[in-house]
Amino acid sequence: MRPGEHAVILLYSTSHAIRAEKVLQNAGIPSKMIPVPRHLSSNCGVCVRIEQVYKEAARQALEEVGVEMDGVHDI
Amino acid sequence: MIYFDNAATSWPKPPGVAEAMMHFLNEIGANPGRAAHRRAVEAGRIVYEAREAVCELFHAPDPLRVVFGKNVTEALNLALRGLLRAGDHVVTSSMEHNSMMRPLRALERQPEPCSGGVEVTVVGCSPQGVLDPADVEAAIRPNTRLVALNHASNVVGTLLPVAEVGAICRQRDLLLLVDAAQTGGAYPIDVQADRIDLLAFTGHKSLGGPMGTGGLIVGRRVDETQLEPLVRGGTGSRSEHEVQPDFLPDMCESGTSNVVGLAGLGAGVRWVLERGVETIRAHEVALAQRLIHGLSRIDGVTPSGTLDPELQTATVSFNVAHLAPSEVGLRLDDEYGIMCRVGLHCAPTAHRTIGTFPGGTVRFGLSAFNTPDEVESALAAVGELAQETR
Repeated sequence: MRPGEHAVILLYSTSHAIRAEKVLQNAGIPSKMIPVPRHLSSNCGVCVRIEQVYKEAARQALEEVGVEMDGVHDI
Repeated sequence: MIYFDNAATSWPKPPGVAEAMMHFLNEIGANPGRAAHRRAVEAGRIVYEAREAVCELFHAPDPLRVVFGKNVTEALNLALRGLLRAGDHVVTSSMEHNSMMRPLRALERQPEPCSGGVEVTVVGCSPQGVLDPADVEAAIRPNTRLVALNHASNVVGTLLPVAEVGAICRQRDLLLLVDAAQTGGAYPIDVQADRIDLLAFTGHKSLGGPMGTGGLIVGRRVDETQLEPLVRGGTGSRSEHEVQPDFLPDMCESGTSNVVGLAGLGAGVRWVLERGVETIRAHEVALAQRLIHGLSRIDGVTPSGTLDPELQTATVSFNVAHLAPSEVGLRLDDEYGIMCRVGLHCAPTAHRTIGTFPGGTVRFGLSAFNTPDEVESALAAVGELAQETR
């Protein structure tokens, strides 16, 4: 798990993804919305990409405000 | 020209609303939730920010529990048709608009296997439109599931005691549905403090948005898996499944949204938040005070309602002796440039309650953008008409 290596957080809808991005922004975790990598899911068009080092912090921040996740995957 | 038809739809819109809509049409224009390119994401953000603004204004628990639709009527239909099942009992008031009454009457009649066969009790209000919470409590039965009330009458502006009824609903483990068409953006609403489980709102009145926007706030006491969507279809989520998603807001927002409208709604609600609902309310109370006081002093003019601006919105109904409301409306428009609404205002039971059925009333619906001078001009015009017919 080195800086620069990415993970994606999958969410149930675009609204959830935008909400997640805002929560992460407030928690100081850099993120970017990207198309969901095809091999992971066809659930919703967008997901939130973060650096792998922030995985746990991101999970915590999202759970705290009750944003449901559909999985977190290294890419 | 004086626009006093804000209870039907507000005009003018706050600064920034038209600009936000133009910006979306000219610079963004993509479909939110259907692709992941930058402009689709930006469109999604615009819709999300409108959700956040509505959530903040009404103190909703979660922006994702704000379901957008085309107006308050659709939101009320979603709540009533979506939640009520055969055998359920609903308590409502005699001051409701047809947007509440007609779906309820249809559910009453609808046979199985639709979600009909619902029992409805209409609790009477006073001739001033005042509802006694004790009467609501007395109407509750073992099979009562929902209390459904408007927050303020669209005819006389009388505020209903939703917070008091909310407390009763919590004690009796019932859901409270509130139609905030006349109050959203003009009167403080806190769905958590007022214990409102479902708040139906419209975008095009005091929220300052365009027509074709509105929605339903679904509180946490409502189990969304028990809420039947009005419409099913594409949501951009769970695309691999042929069955409707079961989470909010997607489950109730099938098909492409009115994003251009929601861009305007978001800007309108932001304006309300910046100005402050308390400030808007104080302005409207002062206008209503001036209007009610002035009308009461004109011989031959009978204002309806409580005649107390603190107990109502800035919507005031009245009649002029020996002159039909339609005639008053026509002459105010033709001769004085005053635009208002006359008749029954889609609320026959409310007019029966206040004693103005079937003739109706003349209704002045004021907004945050009206001024004391406009009220004075209108009072002078009504005074002239009343004097002529004496």
